[in-house]
Amino acid sequence: MRVIKDKAVVNDDWQLIRELDCSKPIPEGKVILPFIDWQASRDELLKRDTEHAVWIDGDTETEALLDDLEHFSIIALDFPAFKDGRSYSHACLLRQRYAYKGELRAIGDVLRDQLFYMQRCGMDSYEVREDKDIEDAIKSLNDFSVRYQAAADDAVPIYKQR
Amino acid sequence: MYKYDNYDQTIVNERVNQFRDQTERFLAGKLSEEEFRPLRLMNGLYIQTHAPMLRVAIPYGLLSSEQLRKLAHISRKYDKNYAHFSTRQNLQYNWPILESVPDILAELATVEMHAIQTSGNDIRNTTSDQFAGIAVDELEDPRPYCEIIRQWSTLHPEFSYLPRKFKIAVSGASHDRAAVRVHDIGLYLVKNDEGVVGFNVFVGGGLGRTPFIGPSIKSFLAKEDLLSYLEAVLRVYNRFGRRDNMYKARIKILVNALGTEEFAKQVEEEWLHIKDGVMKLDQKEIDRVKAYFAPPDYDTNAADDTSFDAAKESNKAFSNWAGRNLFPHKVAGYSAVVISLKAPDIPPGDVTDEQMDHIADLADEYSYGEIVVTHDQNVVLCNVKQADLFSLWEKLAEKKLATPNIGLLTDMICCPGLDFCSLANAGSIPIAKQINDKFSDMDYLHDIGDIKIKMSGCMNACGHHHVGHIGILGVDKKGVEFYQLTLGGSAETDATLGDRLGKAVAKEEVADVIGKILDVYVEQRQEDEAFLETYRRVGITLFKERVYASN
Repeated sequence: MRVIKDKAVVNDDWQLIRELDCSKPIPEGKVILPFIDWQASRDELLKRDTEHAVWIDGDTETEALLDDLEHFSIIALDFPAFKDGRSYSHACLLRQRYAYKGELRAIGDVLRDQLFYMQRCGMDSYEVREDKDIEDAIKSLNDFSVRYQAAADDAVPIYKQR
Repeated sequence: MYKYDNYDQTIVNERVNQFRDQTERFLAGKLSEEEFRPLRLMNGLYIQTHAPMLRVAIPYGLLSSEQLRKLAHISRKYDKNYAHFSTRQNLQYNWPILESVPDILAELATVEMHAIQTSGNDIRNTTSDQFAGIAVDELEDPRPYCEIIRQWSTLHPEFSYLPRKFKIAVSGASHDRAAVRVHDIGLYLVKNDEGVVGFNVFVGGGLGRTPFIGPSIKSFLAKEDLLSYLEAVLRVYNRFGRRDNMYKARIKILVNALGTEEFAKQVEEEWLHIKDGVMKLDQKEIDRVKAYFAPPDYDTNAADDTSFDAAKESNKAFSNWAGRNLFPHKVAGYSAVVISLKAPDIPPGDVTDEQMDHIADLADEYSYGEIVVTHDQNVVLCNVKQADLFSLWEKLAEKKLATPNIGLLTDMICCPGLDFCSLANAGSIPIAKQINDKFSDMDYLHDIGDIKIKMSGCMNACGHHHVGHIGILGVDKKGVEFYQLTLGGSAETDATLGDRLGKAVAKEEVADVIGKILDVYVEQRQEDEAFLETYRRVGITLFKERVYASN
C-alpha cells in the first residue's frame, strides 16, 4: 500500500488491522493493531521479536498509552470522519508532552485538505483515503509557508521572529 | 490600527490560493459537497436560500476607510450594491456567485482583509467594544489583545475541527458593550489587588437553543498567560466536547455537564503543563502590537469650541441626533459618532455601496480614516471633534445616515431571517418593518428612551433575542410564522436571559403586542427609569396580563 511519509509517497508494508478476529491468533509481522487488543495481550506480544504498532480512536486518551510508548514504531490516529478533530490534540500531546519519537500516522477519513494541519500537529505519515489521489494530496503539505502559532512541528510563534 | 507585515500578508495570500484551488477542485467534481462544505465554511461561504452568502471578517470591528471602500467596490462588482453588517462585527454579502468568491478573497487580501474562520467549527472572529480606545470607562484598550488572539487563532492546526463554532470577545471597559458573557470565552480586562492588569476569564456563555450566561473560571489571568490559557481551554474542549449531537456540541454544554468547578480544574491542569512554554507572551510582543493602537494626535484645544452648543441650541433635529447618536470620548472636545444603519425603510444593518463610500470619505475627513462596526449593527466614527459634528451630521443626512435613533426602539438587532437564511423558521426583516411602521413618531420613541429589541428568525439566535430587553424569536407552527417574546434580557455587564412572556403571537400582531408592553412600561415607570429597570422592578405579570388579556 502507498502512504505519504516524510513528505513523499512511498510503498509501505504495514498492515492495518481494523478489527481482530478473536478466533485466530494475533497476526504476526508488521501489523498495526487496535490498541485495546494490543494492551490485552501486551506481555505475550512483547515477547515477539518484532516491531510494534497500534491505532487508537478519538475516545482513547493518549494517557492510556504512556507506559508503552517506547515499544511502538507506529501509533496510528484514526479519523472516523475528517471533521472529527480530536486526533489533532492527541497528536500534539504525544509529540509535545509525551515526547513520542516514533511514527504518527493518520488513518481513516484522511483527505488532502487536512494534511497541512495534521503535519503541524506532529503526524508524519498519512494513509490517504483509498478513492483519493495520493499524489494530489501530498501537494497540500506546502499550502502555507508561514505559521502564526507554535505547534508540534518545529514552528515557534511568528512574533518571536519579528 | 494594526498593519500587516510580510508574514500576515503571506498567510492571507496563501489562503486565497488554497481556497481558489479548493473551489476549482469542487467545481471539477474532485471534492464532494460534503468534503467541500467545511472548507468553504472556514472561508465564510454559506450556500443560502437564493445564492451563496459570503461573510467577511472585520477583526474586532475595526476598518480603515480604504478597506470600507474596497467592501463597497466588491458589493458593486460581485453583488447587488449593498452589504449587511452582522452581530459579530462582520460583513455579509448575500448575492455573490461561488465561482467569483476566490476573486473576492483576492481583492480583500489587497487591503489586508479575509474571510478566514468567519464560519465553520473553528475559532471565529474575536469581537470587542466598539468604543475601545476612546471610552471614558475603559481600563485598557482591548484591541491589542484581540489582535494577538486573532493571530494565534488563525489557521490553528489543532483547533480547526472543533466540535462546534467557538467565539471569543474581549472588553476593557467597566460597562460591557461587547456581550462578553454570551461568548464561548469572554475576557474582561481587570486590575487585581496589586494594581496589575490582567483578565477575568468567562467560559461557556452562548445563545442558541440552550442559552447560558458564562461563568468565570479564572478571576485573574496574567497577560503573559493569555494564549497558553486559551489553548488549555480549547484543548479540553476539543478533546472532551460532545461530537455526537451538534445541538449539544458547544463548550457551554461541556461546562454545564462537568460543572464550572470541574471544568476549571481540568483547564488548570492542562494549563500548568504549557504555561511556561513557548506559548508565554512576552512584553515586547504586547508592546509591539499595542503601538499600532496608539491614540492619534488629538487637538488639545478641541474643547474650546462653542459652535457645537450653539448649533444644538438653534437646530432641534441636530440636537435630537446629538442627544442619541454621540458617545462620550475620553478626550475633552471629542465625541464618538454612531451612524445608524437602522433607517425606518431598510433592513437593520444593511448598507449600500454609496453609503459605504460616503462613510469612508467622512472617516477620512473627520475621524482619522477609521470606522468601527458595532455588534448591534451600526458603525462608529470614534474620534470626531465637536466643532465638526454639525457639518458631519449634515453630510450624513445626505445619504440617509443621520437617523437619530441609537439605543431607541427602532435601533433593533435583526438577523437576515427567512428572507435570506436557510436555517430560519420565520422572517425577521418584515417584523422590523412592521415595528418601524407602527413606531414612526420620533417624539414617542425618544419618550420611551433606551430599549433594546433583538430579533432572531430561529432558535440559533443570531439576533441575540435571549438578551434583548424585548426579545423576539420567530417560530414555525405548521408552516405559519409565529413570534415568541421574552422580556428583561441583557447582554451587558448585568447579563441576563430574558423571561418568556407567554405563548407565541401571530405575525401581524407583533408590533401591537410591543405597543401594549410599552404602555405598561409608561404607566409603571418612575421618573427617569428605563424600560429594563422598570421591568426588573415590577416583574413580568403586569405585562403578561396586558398582552394576553384581550385574547
